[in-house]
Amino acid sequence: MAAEAKVDPMYQFTIKPIAELNIAGYDVSFTNSAMWMLITTVVLTLFVAGGLKRQMVPGRWQMMVETFTGFIDDMLEANIGKAGRKYVPYVFSLFMFILFANILGLLPLGIVGVHPFTFTSHFTVTGILAVLSFSIVLIVGFWRHGLHFFSLFVPHGTPLPMIPVIAPIEFISFMVRPFSLGLRLFVAMMAGHVLLEVLSSFVIDGTNAGAGFGLLVGLPSFLLMIGICALELLVAGIQAYVFALLTSLYINDAENLH
Amino acid sequence: MDVEAAKLIGAGLAAIGAGMAAIGVGNVFGSFLESALRNPGAADGQQGRLFIGFAAAELLGLLAFVVSMILIFVA
Repeated sequence: MAAEAKVDPMYQFTIKPIAELNIAGYDVSFTNSAMWMLITTVVLTLFVAGGLKRQMVPGRWQMMVETFTGFIDDMLEANIGKAGRKYVPYVFSLFMFILFANILGLLPLGIVGVHPFTFTSHFTVTGILAVLSFSIVLIVGFWRHGLHFFSLFVPHGTPLPMIPVIAPIEFISFMVRPFSLGLRLFVAMMAGHVLLEVLSSFVIDGTNAGAGFGLLVGLPSFLLMIGICALELLVAGIQAYVFALLTSLYINDAENLH
Repeated sequence: MDVEAAKLIGAGLAAIGAGMAAIGVGNVFGSFLESALRNPGAADGQQGRLFIGFAAAELLGLLAFVVSMILIFVA
């Protein structure tokens, strides 16, 4: 039996400082997480800038960008109504940032020696994005409706005796939103990457154990990995979509109450 | 029982939740497809609700994953 290659599925999530930086005792180093955020921002900017041609007959690139903006525009229109137009810049940036981050983190750049880091697999990042969405909901809600915003916790037509029961439940479900929003994205990304790593350890260990094991364990695991990679691309898109969709639903609560 | 063993057993039990979420997610898409084939005209308008249902069902499975990860790596 060959020596077991120790594949640590959690190692890929380690944050490593690239340029050490300390300000007033706080560690604000430029890390691999920050670097991939920067790369995502640059790629996203290039992608959108390439589509800002305003041609009457759009080329392929402009068509691609306009499909995405149109998609977000339609989603906000369907969920919020006419008032949803002014949130298009925020929800579009949010959706594209998460989508690009998820997909860039899946790229097989390891073959050329660059290891992509999926920063959406960290709760600090997704939590901040969720808190951003949640604070927009709070600010818009209190701005537009004042203290009347609290009527969100009492749905229309609730019988009077039921209010003391319903209101706390609605309040808890409201306060849990930023948590569930951030948790969903972070866990979905992390689970997928751990799964791929575990399957890759099957391939490596199986093939190291001999040709028979390689054929019996390594090859099926490898084929499964290809399938899971395709599934992960789907999950990357769905999670970005779900994040944007839930954000627009929450904004709808703030904009229109219920 | 050894504490380490108990943690691993607990993590394994938490993984049952992932299978339960699979039932939930399958149910969401299955019911959607069933009714979408009966009335294809109304199907496109309900896609938002489909994904809300999917997100809600999936979140509970992901929570099971979090529980098992906490048991293995944190607790």
